[in-house]
Amino acid sequence: MTEASTISLLESRGLTVRFGGLLALNELDIDVRHGEVLGLIGPNGSGKTTFLNVISGVYSASAGSIKLDGVDITTASAQNLSNHGLARTFQRSRLCLPLSVFDNIALGAQKRLDSGLWHNLVRRKSFAAETRAIAAEARELLYVFNPSLADKLFEPAISLGMIDRRRVEICRALIGKPKLVLLDEPSAGMTHDETDQVVDEILGIRKSLGGLTIIIVEHEMGLIERVTDRCVVLNYGKKICEGRFRDVAADPVVREAYLGQS
Amino acid sequence: MTGLSAPKPAAVWPLIASVAFAAAALTTLVLIENQKLLGLTLAGIAAICFAAARFGGVAATEAAASQNPWLLRGLITIAAMAVLYVLRDDNFGLLMVATVLIYATVCIGLTIQMGYTGLTNFAAAAFVGTGGYTAAMLGQKGGLPDPLVLIGGGLVAVFIGSLLILPVLRTRGHYAALTTLAFGVMFNVFLDANELLGGPQGLKIPGINLFGWDFSSDLQILGITFSFYVNYVILTGVLTALAMILAGLLDKSWIGVWLDVVRLDETAASVFGLRIGYWKILAFTLGNFLAGLMGAVYAKMTGFIAPSNFTFGDSLVMVSIVILGGIGNRWGVLPAALIVVLLPEKLQFIQEYRLLLYAILVIVILIMRPDGLVARRVRTLRMEARP
Ligand SMILES: Nc1ncnc2c1ncn2[C@@H]1O[C@H](COP(=O)(O)OP(=O)(O)O)[C@@H](O)[C@H]1O
Ligand SMILES: [Mg+2]
Repeated sequence: MTEASTISLLESRGLTVRFGGLLALNELDIDVRHGEVLGLIGPNGSGKTTFLNVISGVYSASAGSIKLDGVDITTASAQNLSNHGLARTFQRSRLCLPLSVFDNIALGAQKRLDSGLWHNLVRRKSFAAETRAIAAEARELLYVFNPSLADKLFEPAISLGMIDRRRVEICRALIGKPKLVLLDEPSAGMTHDETDQVVDEILGIRKSLGGLTIIIVEHEMGLIERVTDRCVVLNYGKKICEGRFRDVAADPVVREAYLGQS
Repeated sequence: MTGLSAPKPAAVWPLIASVAFAAAALTTLVLIENQKLLGLTLAGIAAICFAAARFGGVAATEAAASQNPWLLRGLITIAAMAVLYVLRDDNFGLLMVATVLIYATVCIGLTIQMGYTGLTNFAAAAFVGTGGYTAAMLGQKGGLPDPLVLIGGGLVAVFIGSLLILPVLRTRGHYAALTTLAFGVMFNVFLDANELLGGPQGLKIPGINLFGWDFSSDLQILGITFSFYVNYVILTGVLTALAMILAGLLDKSWIGVWLDVVRLDETAASVFGLRIGYWKILAFTLGNFLAGLMGAVYAKMTGFIAPSNFTFGDSLVMVSIVILGGIGNRWGVLPAALIVVLLPEKLQFIQEYRLLLYAILVIVILIMRPDGLVARRVRTLRMEARP
């Protein structure tokens, strides 16, 4: 790894989230370096999704701090965080199914688009120009994932299969040109082969975008092994181990946490 | 790529036929007095619509309309003139048409609120009433020209709505609906108790005068006499058209997409940076403005308003028009408003059972067509994105 890549893009210190009496995250110190793919693993209910939710502003922290690119974002709202260059997918798909693929992806580019009344209702020529530009970008992104998906740009999202919905969700996150992308169980609801395919596509896109920083939550260990540079293991909201996947997987504490669960 | 190519040009005759049919159906329904004939006509219209939907006529009409927006506007204008000519001295019929247009316009506002943004509003009649009473008060003082009086009706409705916006934003789903419901009921109690606003007896209001165009006198065009109600039909028709254009442009823009996302998934909306409160306020404001504006027109048209014109039942009627028409589809409010306003006027015996009839009608139609008479289509910005 180069020297520059050791500077953290995201930094959590003592990050704690409580739901009533439940400690979902317990004083987490996690660093995500520029340009790395960090795997976040751990048994069910260990707080992985909660971590993504709190850094993307869906939940607020009970204690501790989060910094993104040196800026304190602990109390920032979800709305502001997207302006800070954060984008994500969700464990349970959160596409707007009655809307077209295009509308869903445009949401990811929202902060770049002109939402003013005058522009949208009166200056229809410049609105159309903006629409064309976003459609071209969306098509290009979809094409990398699946060439036939690019032709379905104006189909309703509900008409797509699970794997294509996942692809669209990832495109929605990527079109905003984020600094940091959070992927919550991209394999959820897909077969093994489909998962492999999507992983290849994510790696391909990452290459073409030039070192995107990603936090990926996954229970599919083969996927984690293939895509991550480093892993953090959570158990009961605590970090129990961190390092390269091979080392982490061999760690007795980690083995016990997974065994203890089943 | 199919996503890029222009759609096939559609034949225009289904559009011409549909507009002509709509105009003929409207005129017939307004003119018919005999109750049995009315029943037969309704059944006939329903059968024709059903057949048109079944055999692709509706789809062909839609394709032609979306490809030829100016032809559509031209045809609607011609059809409107034909209807006005036929009904030119039928005061009751013209009043009914204007009333249908007022309801339809209020319901376009409700479509922006409920259909697009997901803000349930059970106080539409109260906002209409706010516009009506505003027109009455501004008219009483005198001096204020009528265009300002009408716009004032809309603005005061927006102001009253802004008092309600905090609880509406803080609560979600059923609770927001309950907030508006409570307001609608309180509005009526307030009117009943307020002596300045005429109490239960209500207020009288003079007719409209727009820049010297006196709405209270008959129209002479090319030697043909039109009843003075034609003035109101023209005004309400123009306002309906403007509201329709506004809702259409909103729908086919980023704003329409954002409003849909706010309705469908607030978490996704906020994670991708949408200001949920801002978009809800915008939709609430636009809808309430239309309600207040049309309330002012209604008050001046009927010349008299009372609390009983703006009850919670009337709000329910407006919500049922939106649901009946196909929630989120702005065109659906036209046939739905026609049915809901016309039937009780024509079928005198059901007057007392009005609300019961609506309830049954809504249930029956929703069983047969769960998405309403004219289901909302998936928005496509394909035409806009065409290179
Ligand atoms: N909104 C919430 N309210 C209450 N408890 C929650 C909420 N979200 C998560 N939890 C709890 O926090 C713990 C961690 O959940 P989660 O982060 O979803 O786990 P993971 O994604 O690792 O499977 C679980 O015990 C879960 O029940
Ligand atoms: Mg999870």
